[in-house]
Amino acid sequence: MSVFLSFTVLGIVTGAIYAISATGLVVTYTTTGVFNFAHGAVGMIAAFSYWQLWQAWHWPFALALAFVVLIEAPLLAVAVEFGLMRRLHGASVERSLMVTLGLLVILLGTATIFWSSPEVIRSVPAYFTSADGSVGSVRLFGNNGVTIEYQQLMIVVVAAVVAVGLGGFFRKFRLGVALRAVVDDPELVAMSGARPFRISQMGWALGFIMAALAGVLLAPLVGQTGLTADQLTLLALNGFAAAVVGRLRNLPMTFVGALVLGLVTQYCVGYLPGHINGGLASVLTSVVPVVFLFVVLVVIPAARLAPAGRLASRLAPKVVSRRQSIAGAVLVIVVGSLVAGVAGATALATVSQGLALGIVGLSLVLLVGYAGQVSLCQLTFMGIGAFTMGKVSGGDSWWGVILAVVLSGAVGAVVALPALRLRGLYLALATFAFGEVAYSAFFDNSSVISDGESINVGRVRLPFMHAVTDRAELIEVVVAVALCALLVGFVRRSSFGRRLVAMSDSPAAFATVGLSAARTKMAVFSLSAGMAGLGGVLYAGQQGGIGANDVQFIGSLTLLLFVAIWGIRTITGAVLGGLTAAALPVLQTHLPASLADVTGLAAGVGIVLLGRSPDGILGMGWLVDRIRLPLGDQPSDFTLVKDVVRAT
Amino acid sequence: MPPDAPALRVDQVSVRFGGVAALSRVSLAAGAGAVTGLIGPNGAGKTTLFNVISGLQRPDEGTVELAGRDITRQGPHRRARLGLARTFQRLELFGTLSATDNIRVALDSFGRSTERSAVALLERVGVAREANAPVSTLPTGSARLVELARSLSINPQVLLLDEPCSGLDERETAALGELLGSLAAEGRSVVLVEHDTELVLRICSVVHVLDFGEIIASGTPDEIRANEAVQEAYLGRRQAGGGA
Repeated sequence: MSVFLSFTVLGIVTGAIYAISATGLVVTYTTTGVFNFAHGAVGMIAAFSYWQLWQAWHWPFALALAFVVLIEAPLLAVAVEFGLMRRLHGASVERSLMVTLGLLVILLGTATIFWSSPEVIRSVPAYFTSADGSVGSVRLFGNNGVTIEYQQLMIVVVAAVVAVGLGGFFRKFRLGVALRAVVDDPELVAMSGARPFRISQMGWALGFIMAALAGVLLAPLVGQTGLTADQLTLLALNGFAAAVVGRLRNLPMTFVGALVLGLVTQYCVGYLPGHINGGLASVLTSVVPVVFLFVVLVVIPAARLAPAGRLASRLAPKVVSRRQSIAGAVLVIVVGSLVAGVAGATALATVSQGLALGIVGLSLVLLVGYAGQVSLCQLTFMGIGAFTMGKVSGGDSWWGVILAVVLSGAVGAVVALPALRLRGLYLALATFAFGEVAYSAFFDNSSVISDGESINVGRVRLPFMHAVTDRAELIEVVVAVALCALLVGFVRRSSFGRRLVAMSDSPAAFATVGLSAARTKMAVFSLSAGMAGLGGVLYAGQQGGIGANDVQFIGSLTLLLFVAIWGIRTITGAVLGGLTAAALPVLQTHLPASLADVTGLAAGVGIVLLGRSPDGILGMGWLVDRIRLPLGDQPSDFTLVKDVVRAT
Repeated sequence: MPPDAPALRVDQVSVRFGGVAALSRVSLAAGAGAVTGLIGPNGAGKTTLFNVISGLQRPDEGTVELAGRDITRQGPHRRARLGLARTFQRLELFGTLSATDNIRVALDSFGRSTERSAVALLERVGVAREANAPVSTLPTGSARLVELARSLSINPQVLLLDEPCSGLDERETAALGELLGSLAAEGRSVVLVEHDTELVLRICSVVHVLDFGEIIASGTPDEIRANEAVQEAYLGRRQAGGGA
C-alpha cells in the first residue's frame, strides 16, 4: 500500500510539473497561434539562471526566484516576440515550426556556452530544507502511509493555482478575449483600436513565465547529479503530450492529461520489473511520455485537433529539366572526383560524411520540400539503414545496402501509417515521438548497442569495386549522391511529384479529385525513409559504424534546419545542407572551447535570420542573380515569390 | 444498379456539431441531365450537406447514394472515382501549381494526363489564357473557373458546385449559366449552391431550399417563387407578408 501511495504522490508531483509546462505551451499557442518547440529550452535557461543567481552569485533565494520568473522570462519573451515571431505572421506552419526549432537549438547552444564546464556540478538544493540539511516533509496515513516533502506539496499547489488562475483569466478579463482575437486576425484587432503586437507580447510573456516556473520547480528534483541542458529541455518536452491531450486549447484537459501522464510514468517506475533485459523498466519509463504523445496524436479524432496554423501560398518547387539534372549530376561527379584526388584525410572524411548527409537531405526534399510533411526523425531512418547494413554479412555487402534501403523504407511506411491523418505540427510531433522512442528503446538500449559502442559498418563492397581507401570511398558517395539527386529531379518531373505538391497544397481537393492521400503519404514516407537509409549506410561506412549518438533528435533537427537554410525545396540545398552539417563540427575543433556548440547555434541563427523566406538562401533573388549554382533548380523568379507572399 | 435510380440521392441525413444540429433528416434527389438548385440563407447547412455528399463529413445518420449505390461509408477519393466531383465555397486549389498542373493532377489519377487535354478543359470554362500562372496569383473569379475545370477533369456524373459565381462579373455569370446548362445536356447531374437566386431560378429544373438544417421547400422554380415559407426564410415574416 505504501509503495502504491508513494508512487501515486510522485506521479501527481511529476504530473503537476508537466501541467505547468504544458499549460504554458497551450497559453502561447492559443494566444499567438505558434506552437513553441523551444518551450522546454526556456524552462532550461530559467533553471540555469536560477542556479547561477542563487547558488553561484549567492543572491537571496526569493530574489533569484522572482527575478527569473517575473523579470528574465518576460524580457526574453518580449525579445523573442519582437526579434523573431512578429515577422512570422502569415508564414506557413512549416516556417514557424522551423523558427521555434531554431530558437530551441539557439537556447541549447547558449546554455552550453555558459553552463557546460564539467568541473562544476550545478545542483539546486531542495526547497524547505532545514539548517541540518534535512528536507522538510510530512507523513500521511501513519506508518503504512507515505512521506510527502513540502516542496512536492508546493509544486502541486502552484500547478493548481496556475490552472485555476489562467482559466479564470481567459474567461473573465478582456485581455484574454483580446489575446484570442489577435490569433485570428491581428489587422482586425488593430482596426478596432487595440495594439495587436503588444497583446501578442503578453501571450508570449505568459507562456515564458509558465516555462520558467516549470524550470525552477524542476531544478531541485533533478538531484545531486546537477542540471544538464539536454536533460532539462527534454523533461519539459514531455509536457507536449499533455498539451495535445488538451488539443492545444483546452486548459482543464491539459491538466488532466498531465496528471495521467505523471501517474503512468511513476507507476512504470514502481511496478515494472527492473531486471528484465538489463533495464527494460528504465527504457520503458523514459519512453512513456513520447509513447503517450504518439498514442494521443493517433487516437484523438482529426476534427478535434485545433487547426495548426495556415499555409501561406507560395510557388511550387521548381521542376528541373532532364538536361539540367544530368548536367548537375555530371558536375557533382567531376567536382567530387577532383576533391577525392587532392583533398587531405580530414577533408576527405568531412566531404564524404557531408555528402552522405546530403542524401538524407535529399530525402527531406521529397518529404518536406515537395510533400509538405515535416519529419523530425530523419536520422532515425538513417540509423535503421546503417544498423541493418552492419548486421548483414559482415557489414559491407552490396545486398546489405539493398536490405538497408528496403527495411528503412518499410519502417518509414509503418511510421506514416498511424500518422496518415496528421499534418503540419501534429505530424512533426508524431515523428518527434517516434524518433525519441526509437532512440531510447533501440539505439540507446544497451542490449541492442552496448553503452558508448557502435555497430560496425564497412565500406560497401560492390561487384566491380571495393572502396578500401578514403578516396575511393568518396567517389562511391559522390556517385550515390548524384544518382539520388537524379531520382529526386525525376520524381519532381513525374506525375507523382505533381501529386506530392498537390497533396501539400490542399488535402481536401486532393481527395475530391479521386486521389488517396493515405497511399501517397505512405509512398513518399517510404521513399524518403529508404533514401535516408542509404545515406545512413554510406555515413556509417565512412566512420566505421553507427552508434546512439549519431541518431539523436538534435541531429535530425540540425540537419533539417541546415537543409531549410539552404533551401529545402531544392536539390542543391539538400547537398549544401548535408555538407554544412558535416563541416561545422570540424570547424568547431579549431575554435575556443567556450564556443561549445557552433553547429547548433549556426543552424538556429541561420533559420531565424531567414525568417519566412520559403526557399532559404537559394531562394534569395540577389544571390541567384549573381551566382549560378550547379544543379540549376533554384527558383529563377524571386520577384514572383515576393508578389505571392505580398498577395497572401 | 436500379435503372430508375436518380444520379444522386440523399436520404434522411443528419449532422450534429456538439449540441447544434447542422442538418436534420435532409432528403433530396438530383436527376441526371438536369441542374438541381440548393438555396438557403447563410448557415442553413448547404456546405455541410456538400461535405456529407462528397465524403469530407461523416453524417450521424442517413445515407448517400450515387446512381443507386450506397456510398455513405466510402472515402472522398473513392466517391470521386465513382464519378462525383465538387468545388468549394472557400477555394481549394493546389495553390502553388499552375492552372494546367491543377488539372493534370486530377487527370493523372485517371491515367490520361496531357498538357493538351488540360488546356482543353481550361478553354471550356474560359480561362485558357491563365494556363501557366500559379493559381494563387489569379483573381478569385478565374480561380473559381480553374476549380470548375479541375472538377470536370474526372468526367463526373454528379457535379456539386458551391457558389461558383462569387467573384464573377455579370457577363461571366451568364456564361457560366450556359456552361452548366450544357453540362446537364451531356447527361450529368449538376447540383448548384448559389446565392444568386436569380440565376438558380433561371437555370434549375428543381430547387431545394434549406433553412436551419432542414429542407423547407422543394419544387420547380415557379413553385419556389410562390412558396411562403421560402419568402419567410429569406425576407422575414413581416416583409414577406407585406411584399407579397
